[in-house]
Amino acid sequence: MDFNHRLFLSGDEAVALAARHAGVALMTGYPGTPSTEIVESFVQLGGKGQWAPNEKVAFEVAIGASFGNARTMVTMKHVGLNVAADPLFTAAYAEVAGGLVVVSADDPGMASSQNEQDNRHYAVAAAVPMLEPADSQEAYEFTLLAFAISERWRVPVMLRMTTRVCHAKTVVYADKTQPERIAAFYERDIAHRVMIPANAKPAHRRLRAKLAEMTAWNEAEGPNKVIDVDKSLGIICSGISFMHVREAAPDATVLKLGMSYPLPFDTIRQFAESVDRCVVIEEGDPWLIESLRAVGVTAESKPDMYRFGELNVERVRRILSGDVSPEFVPPRGKPPELCPACPHRTVYTVLTKLNCIVQGDIGCYSLGALPPFEGMESLICMGASIGMGLGLRHVLPADEASRVVSVIGDSTFVHSGITGLVEMVYNPPPTGHVVLILDNGTTAMTGMQEHPATGRKIDHQPTGKVILEDVARAIGIRRVHVIDPTRDQAGLESLLTECLASRELAVIICRKPCVLAAGKIMKAERELAAAAG
Amino acid sequence: MVKNVVFAGLGGQGVLKASDITASAALIAGFDVKKSELHGMSQRGGSVTSDVRFGDAVLSPMTPPGEADYLVVIAPDQVEINRWQLRQGGVLIEPSIIDMGALTNKKAVNVALLGALSVQLDIDGVAWAQAIREHLDERHHEVNLAAFELGRKSAERR
Repeated sequence: MDFNHRLFLSGDEAVALAARHAGVALMTGYPGTPSTEIVESFVQLGGKGQWAPNEKVAFEVAIGASFGNARTMVTMKHVGLNVAADPLFTAAYAEVAGGLVVVSADDPGMASSQNEQDNRHYAVAAAVPMLEPADSQEAYEFTLLAFAISERWRVPVMLRMTTRVCHAKTVVYADKTQPERIAAFYERDIAHRVMIPANAKPAHRRLRAKLAEMTAWNEAEGPNKVIDVDKSLGIICSGISFMHVREAAPDATVLKLGMSYPLPFDTIRQFAESVDRCVVIEEGDPWLIESLRAVGVTAESKPDMYRFGELNVERVRRILSGDVSPEFVPPRGKPPELCPACPHRTVYTVLTKLNCIVQGDIGCYSLGALPPFEGMESLICMGASIGMGLGLRHVLPADEASRVVSVIGDSTFVHSGITGLVEMVYNPPPTGHVVLILDNGTTAMTGMQEHPATGRKIDHQPTGKVILEDVARAIGIRRVHVIDPTRDQAGLESLLTECLASRELAVIICRKPCVLAAGKIMKAERELAAAAG
Repeated sequence: MVKNVVFAGLGGQGVLKASDITASAALIAGFDVKKSELHGMSQRGGSVTSDVRFGDAVLSPMTPPGEADYLVVIAPDQVEINRWQLRQGGVLIEPSIIDMGALTNKKAVNVALLGALSVQLDIDGVAWAQAIREHLDERHHEVNLAAFELGRKSAERR
């Protein structure tokens, strides 16, 4: 290994570097912990990367780039793949042209997420191959491999990462230095891209045939390896679990799966039969063990208590020793809170004072659910605040319904709040409804990314700007107000009181830049003004 | 032999910066290194921790619970809730060991604690200085190198 090329990268940075080396022409995604830094690093490395309004659009843009024979990557957190599931499932039927790799960054243990769904299920459900890196070196290598697989079998490939792969920094030796150059071009291919039933029926059979081929390839030369030590204990694992396993049981013989869908069952069966005791160690759902049992492989699974949260070295030791005694619970740290001068604080002060029933959404303002405010009463998924508020308005008695308010951030509104407003206009509750868009001019929680309503691209350069008040009016909301909540708290209180009493549909945009982003926003605006002369 | 260092504090105090510098210093000294932390919601003023592990070959990026050789805590009120991370005989490095009166810039307390940590580790001063320069803006080099030296001396006196 060339010591001069020893890099120290997070998994996210390693994926970005590999994408650059693989000649990715366009990378797109929506910010979401722990995936955000992939697109950001790619742009820093000189690649063309951009934020989409949401993961579904990002995925569709990636399909288009692939149809233009360009290599493309689309990144998102695990719940983002729920939003992009629609294009994912049918893109698997279509024949991609340029390599298309989708990164699903899962968050077992929920460091910064609303659930700990295990997206390995998506690879199976959508029938797309899945690679699971265990550290940054593999994140680099598997990204390159994912493009090769995608183009060989003309399928989207899922690179499934987890928090401790995305955000752990480890040593990387990159074997390339220059990006490959691939010229994009267009070729009609209606039979393989127009998924009407006449084309989709053969496409499904074709996809299953590809999976059979990929299975054979994975058996023969897939990125799986055996660490051959003591045969009395054999462990089957993938991803970050491999690292915990090697540390917890250095004497065990280990089968590490790099490509975990389609599974190399023959390899696994031979491994299981070669050891005295075979245990499957996997983070999250018991997906691997259930897959193995379905084909008659005998192995032990982890006790159900280890399905919850992340694994670590200690938990792997406990699983191997069959320890199901209660685990040590570390003392709770100080919970996060809204910044001292955060404009959301004023909004929650007013909402609490007016005794509103607040249906919430996902962003920094989710912290309004915690003390001292405890002023946000639901959080399900991106954009849900509006629909949930409307549902409550429809069923509650009028006096209660009239207190329901939906609270949503600017980036979240663009992501999936707009269709909620359409529903509001189409099916208005008898008591009307009030939506507060907390517009702090940035995607704050994930680290202050730009979005379509800031009018600036990922590199902070100017671009088309979606004007939130214009969108609300165009959809058909007549009461649309814009107010600075910190400058005029009393004004916000009287405006909200008036809108609630009107029994009409209202959108109040509380516009005040995030205190952490304000300096950057002002700097970007000054530079733009200077450039415009 | 793998050494485990856990850094703890509150969002905004430089916990991640301290762990970045330590990881780089260990890399420069020729060790295999892994560093793990959480981003996102946990950083809005709440408790933050970061792990740096180094040695001949590091496997898991996370220090196993209760196996930290060194616990570096930047916020005094975060010491007790993180003490469980130390192994028996592990070393706690906290702000009270620094001569705060001599610290010209109080924000550099994270780097001063690294000075105190450095006395314990097999990483030379040149590597530390290079790592500090790598991770901080040039205009902050002088004050942080001084803070590091202050922390090192504070620890040596004890």
